[in-house]
Amino acid sequence: MRLRLVPQETTWDFFKRSKFTLGFSGLMVLLSVVAFFAIGLNFGIDFRGGTTIRTESVEPVDVGAYRDAIAPLELGDVSITEVFDPNFGPDQNVAMVRIQAQQGDESISVETIQAVEDALKTLDPEITFPSVESVGPKVSGELVMTAIYAVLAAIGTVLIYIWLRFEWQFSVGAVAALIHDVVLTIGVFSVLQIQFDLATIAALLTIVGYSLNDTVVVFDRVRENLRRYKKMDLREVLNLSINETLSRTMMTSVTTLIALIALFALGGDVIRGFVFAMIWGVVVGTYSSVFVASALLLRLGVKRDWSKPDGGAGTQFADVDA
Amino acid sequence: MLNISLFRRIVIIGLVVLGLAYAMPNLFYPRVETHNDAVQAIELAGGEASEELAAQRAAWPEWLPSSLVNLGLDLRGGAHLLAEVQVEDVYEQRMDSIWQEVFPVLRESRAVVGTIRKLDTDDGTLQIRVGNTDHIEDAAELIRALAQPVMTITGTGATNFVVSHEGDVITVELSDAEKLATDDRTIQQSLEIIRRRVDEVGTREPTIQRQGEDRILIQVPGLGSADELKALIGTTARLTFQPVVSRTQDADARPGVGNVLYPSMDEEGVYYVLEDTAVVSGEDLVDAQPSFNQNGQPAVNFRFNPHGARLFGDYTSANVGSPFAIVLDEEVISAPRINEAITGGSGIISGAFTVEESNNLAVLLRAGALPAEMTFLEERTIGPELGADSIEAGELASLVAFAGVLLFMGLSYGWFGIIANVALILNVGMIFGLLSAIGATLTLPGIAGIVLTIGMAVDANVLVFERIREETKAGRGPARAIELGYEKALSAIVDANITTFLTAGILFIMGSGPVKGFAVTLGLGIITSVFTAIFVTRLMVVMWFERRRPKTLEV
Repeated sequence: MRLRLVPQETTWDFFKRSKFTLGFSGLMVLLSVVAFFAIGLNFGIDFRGGTTIRTESVEPVDVGAYRDAIAPLELGDVSITEVFDPNFGPDQNVAMVRIQAQQGDESISVETIQAVEDALKTLDPEITFPSVESVGPKVSGELVMTAIYAVLAAIGTVLIYIWLRFEWQFSVGAVAALIHDVVLTIGVFSVLQIQFDLATIAALLTIVGYSLNDTVVVFDRVRENLRRYKKMDLREVLNLSINETLSRTMMTSVTTLIALIALFALGGDVIRGFVFAMIWGVVVGTYSSVFVASALLLRLGVKRDWSKPDGGAGTQFADVDA
Repeated sequence: MLNISLFRRIVIIGLVVLGLAYAMPNLFYPRVETHNDAVQAIELAGGEASEELAAQRAAWPEWLPSSLVNLGLDLRGGAHLLAEVQVEDVYEQRMDSIWQEVFPVLRESRAVVGTIRKLDTDDGTLQIRVGNTDHIEDAAELIRALAQPVMTITGTGATNFVVSHEGDVITVELSDAEKLATDDRTIQQSLEIIRRRVDEVGTREPTIQRQGEDRILIQVPGLGSADELKALIGTTARLTFQPVVSRTQDADARPGVGNVLYPSMDEEGVYYVLEDTAVVSGEDLVDAQPSFNQNGQPAVNFRFNPHGARLFGDYTSANVGSPFAIVLDEEVISAPRINEAITGGSGIISGAFTVEESNNLAVLLRAGALPAEMTFLEERTIGPELGADSIEAGELASLVAFAGVLLFMGLSYGWFGIIANVALILNVGMIFGLLSAIGATLTLPGIAGIVLTIGMAVDANVLVFERIREETKAGRGPARAIELGYEKALSAIVDANITTFLTAGILFIMGSGPVKGFAVTLGLGIITSVFTAIFVTRLMVVMWFERRRPKTLEV
């Protein structure tokens, strides 16, 4: 007996509630944008400049005491968070101390780091500092721009590639799904206030890649079925294609999630935010390839008859030319 | 067609074996590492192997591949610095030397141009006030005649400096073409000197590379902290020997024309007035070694090249009895009296050093002075324990991910799942093989990339298997179903993977450090997973099919 995630043969109608699902996606995108502007992202030092010092001690972390010890140094905004991880031993207490960027272009001075370390050592002489990272405001500003360019470049490249391989309607659907995924990920990062840094950008681009992977597989089947069933209604073609690829979609999502969840649980706290973004992205990406990309494709219509110039496409919306 | 020619079979199997062979040394990481270090040490020593080194070299057979995956700083621990070179510093030095040329020429024509005076500037230009403004154009013309052509790609006819005048002031400025060339030279020199300094400390595989216009990225694995690295490369280390005019306690003393006022390095509140022009500078040093002076204090021995030795000898024999100063980065280390002419070309610098400081000074002097100052824009220190923890966590997570996916695939596709699993194991092996072969760096996000690949690599196989299932359901015979499965899944596999590969490429171009490491493993993972799905599993399925000839397929 084989394990099956979905029944052998499915004939589900994925567009029965397409108004509702598209509306839901639109609402989520809107909420994410609101969250981004209202709450904002918890930027790491890569994007904001500043210094993080990781501390490790046998004594339990006392955030208040740490704060009091550092306060006299007058370094501006200092945030201290305790880090928890199942990999830590019983005597391993870890905290992250984050200090805002100081004046000037440079990263933090040797003296300042030394002063902070000395202040913490008065609390606990045994405390160690496994990592110290400092980014000057000049670099962090540039990193923000590079990150934005990277995401835009990725989306742009995809737009062009899909357009070349399929039709522009596919391209618009795929890119809408990508933007949906990226925006929703940014939204969840601002709502949960998970640190947003360079690694998160890497995760975002991976989500772009993954979500696309899914979308392209469905679209590939749509393309094939469009040629095979020349008379079939576009909606039916889409439904058939999604149903046919459903088993594969679920298989791949589940194997990817198995791997990512293992990494999330056991991979250590350093990359947890990164892995979280990817898990979220796999779930959202799988959803969006059906309910955003394909649903939009249905609304945009597709050129069916290759012998005629454009027109006479699947639905009434096809007249909307972009 | 289920027939795969023998030649293709051999190529496919050969590539897999090659990939695995390159990956294999990573299973014996410490052993291979000592072997590689020993080989390098023996090479450095000119082929002579001490007994210990020979034993270390023998720890790994010579004929086996020995390239390893480099571990990134976040896994190995170490220091990372991003420095910006203040290229404008050099403009001032250039202007000083242009002034040295301009001054005699203008002085000769004093009858025409009147009195000349150099104005103090700090923007990398040379400004000269001329007494006779009527003839200022003549003066400017005289200076222009000294300019030399610069070779550029865009235009000939550019000179190394441009001259303009306003009122009674002539301004000399480096031309844009010359600035570009100068900047480039400054960065190249800085890179070279940083490399020498870091190499002197002898850590393994430092990364020192130019980034953008005027930045240098330095990554040194295994070094305790970024502060240490900063101390090593942050000092300019310009050593000069300058004649002493006087000694003073007054910090605001006016040094007078052609002189400078520098503080003493170890005597608080003591200042020296020195002649601005150095007798000899650090560029003429050929060697510097830490040592002890006759009182047993740490000191640095140095030796000049013939040019420096002659200059130093001439000066000391002409100035017996007067003091001269040893100056490092505008601070006077010491100002001894010249007791006798020093013609041997060597000497000793003593000051209030600790042993460590004298060691560092010797390293810095040997490596040479940086042409310009640097500011540090980014610095990161990762402790080796944190790196080791990350590796451990990454390994555990990979194994669990592996086990989970293998089990799931086996349950879902039975025999075909097992074939996919074998392919998956080969796949990860080949990722490591490729990483080692191209000398890529594995970072923590890179490990995440591999784990992600474990999850996604089965995708191509899943696409094929699902297709075979469908074709079987549509009533095709086993051979035909397998054939069609591979054929029809191909376009989806290719399109899906090319798009993912494109995003990995963008990440690689735009990302830095750890993110780049992620892009590399993701990209390689896509290549190997497509290769295994299209060729390796197909070969396995075909070989299985040839042997069994099943009447029905159980996918």
